[in-house]
Amino acid sequence: MKEGFRQAMAWLHTWAGLIFGWLLFAIFLTGTLAYFKDETSHWMKPEIPARSVSSDVSLNVAQNYLEQHAGGASRWLIELPTAREPGLSVRWQQTPTQRGERGQFTEKHLDPQTGAEVQGRESTGGEFFYRFHFQLQMPYPWGRWLSTFAAMVMFVALISGIITHKKIFKDFFTFRPRKGQRTWLDGHNAVGVLVLPFHLMITYSSLVIFMVMVMPASILVSYKGDVRGFYDELFPASTTPQLSGQPAALAPLAPLLEKAREQWGDGRVARLTVNNPGDASASVVLVRDGSDRVVHDFGSAVTFQGVSGQLLGATPQASLPRAIAGSFFGLHMGHFAGPLMRGLYFIFGLAGTAMIGTGLVIWLGKRQLKHAKAAALPFELRLVQILNIASMAGLMLAVAAFFWANRLLPLGLTGRADWEVNAFFIVWGLSVLHAVVRPGKQAWFEQLALAAVLFGGVPLLNALTTSYHLAVTLAQGDWAMAGFDLTCLATGVFFAWAAWKMRRAGQVEGVSRPRAQPMALEQEAH
Amino acid sequence: MKGKARSLPMSYRLAVTSRVLAAVLGGYIVAALASVSLSSWVPMARADAVVTGMLTSFLAYLGAVIWCFACRTALRAWLGLALPCVILAVVSGLAYWMDRT
Repeated sequence: MKEGFRQAMAWLHTWAGLIFGWLLFAIFLTGTLAYFKDETSHWMKPEIPARSVSSDVSLNVAQNYLEQHAGGASRWLIELPTAREPGLSVRWQQTPTQRGERGQFTEKHLDPQTGAEVQGRESTGGEFFYRFHFQLQMPYPWGRWLSTFAAMVMFVALISGIITHKKIFKDFFTFRPRKGQRTWLDGHNAVGVLVLPFHLMITYSSLVIFMVMVMPASILVSYKGDVRGFYDELFPASTTPQLSGQPAALAPLAPLLEKAREQWGDGRVARLTVNNPGDASASVVLVRDGSDRVVHDFGSAVTFQGVSGQLLGATPQASLPRAIAGSFFGLHMGHFAGPLMRGLYFIFGLAGTAMIGTGLVIWLGKRQLKHAKAAALPFELRLVQILNIASMAGLMLAVAAFFWANRLLPLGLTGRADWEVNAFFIVWGLSVLHAVVRPGKQAWFEQLALAAVLFGGVPLLNALTTSYHLAVTLAQGDWAMAGFDLTCLATGVFFAWAAWKMRRAGQVEGVSRPRAQPMALEQEAH
Repeated sequence: MKGKARSLPMSYRLAVTSRVLAAVLGGYIVAALASVSLSSWVPMARADAVVTGMLTSFLAYLGAVIWCFACRTALRAWLGLALPCVILAVVSGLAYWMDRT
């Protein structure tokens, strides 16, 4: 490594990007899909009615239900419906049999108007992409560690990529289509620079989100190893009162919503926690919804005495460091984003995914040129080729299979939600096998073509298996449902185009192979 | 330094492995020590100081990783991390000691 700083950074960019590119591609794609988590869940559980009911009405419904069904629980959690997530969900935690253990949680979805339990199809919905995005289907906490480590590699790859890139703005206005490798590199640069602030924000914020887990040294030192003490100082509202043992009826919860709003001056309640319901020591914590502000304030809550309804306390305004951490969190999650902003988040996320994908293609393409005349690729290049195909085209197939499984699996199947997830991983695994047995270009073409058919077929499948097809949803103005179908259709068209390009590229190459090869590329991109 | 893995000598590969280890492990230690010393010196409430330390630690990590691959030899990569480690450890140890007395 004698060539100087920029070359060293190019080396770092190349290898960090290659080794973690496949994983980062999956993290970026599923994270992008998670921006429409609620809409995806709505499509995957179409039976849950999408009607908007005022918070007061649904809170009364929830309280009635919980008093009847969860009288002996140690804690109730109530998620109020929002415009995007119209369901009312209640959870309760049993009093643990032994002190210090975590009590069992039960969750029910209620119709926010009638209070009846909603019997939707069993499905993980958009939650699957959201969870996979940072847990990678691995046991706690390994998936979170691995995804945070991947985020750190992404951060290194971004900064070293910027350093490598000499003429960042000049190159940005240079796009040379239909020039093979050159075009891929131009695309990689353009998409990287165009949404660079987004890339930096999303990468750094993902480190901030898990900083307490991955960088706890300062907590351990400042609090002498007492991590609990740090949390209690950070979230004063989370402390549970001591059980008194005297039964007392809980005050009606709905009026507390108005009192909380008075405290904040604005905003709405997202979630209520009732500690020790039915006991004289009961307390009610109302947590503020983050969707009206960019800065996510983790602990913003008002606490009331559960029996008298008296105000016990409210968290003070967040200090500057916490506001900065909170705004990283808020920016990453995008809870505040309206429909337009959410769409932009989605597009930026796709741009990030495309940046990683083009990077992987460039790495291989550049090295393939040297073996253009050989019958077979050397082992390591063939391995990269297989991983490229399976991690990109194969992942798309897996996502499509997840949606198809949701509509095709019998409604009464036990473990139905798990089978949807299994379908995702089975298809992903099959795509690896397929990429191993078929030659590179053919495998790309076949997987892209199949993805085109599967995505393009989603609206049709939906129409055949449910009564919520496009003609109905468009007429009703159910944009979440219709938008999902239309997005899948557009994705199908895009993959059809990509498959067609792939086929043509393969044919052209066969005819005029020794065409001008991009010479300058060697020095510019490592 | 490119894809021609086969023609590369063993010493080169060991040097790269050494740099990677320095970047990942050594970089983490630098970042952790940086967060500890920053949080023990910023004049803020305890929880805020800790949050500030954690927030900025990843920049220290980034700097350490870049150093490990930009410097001339693998040995210099380790030495270049050891020096800030010692300084940061002394700085945070000093704060810890002042806190106790």
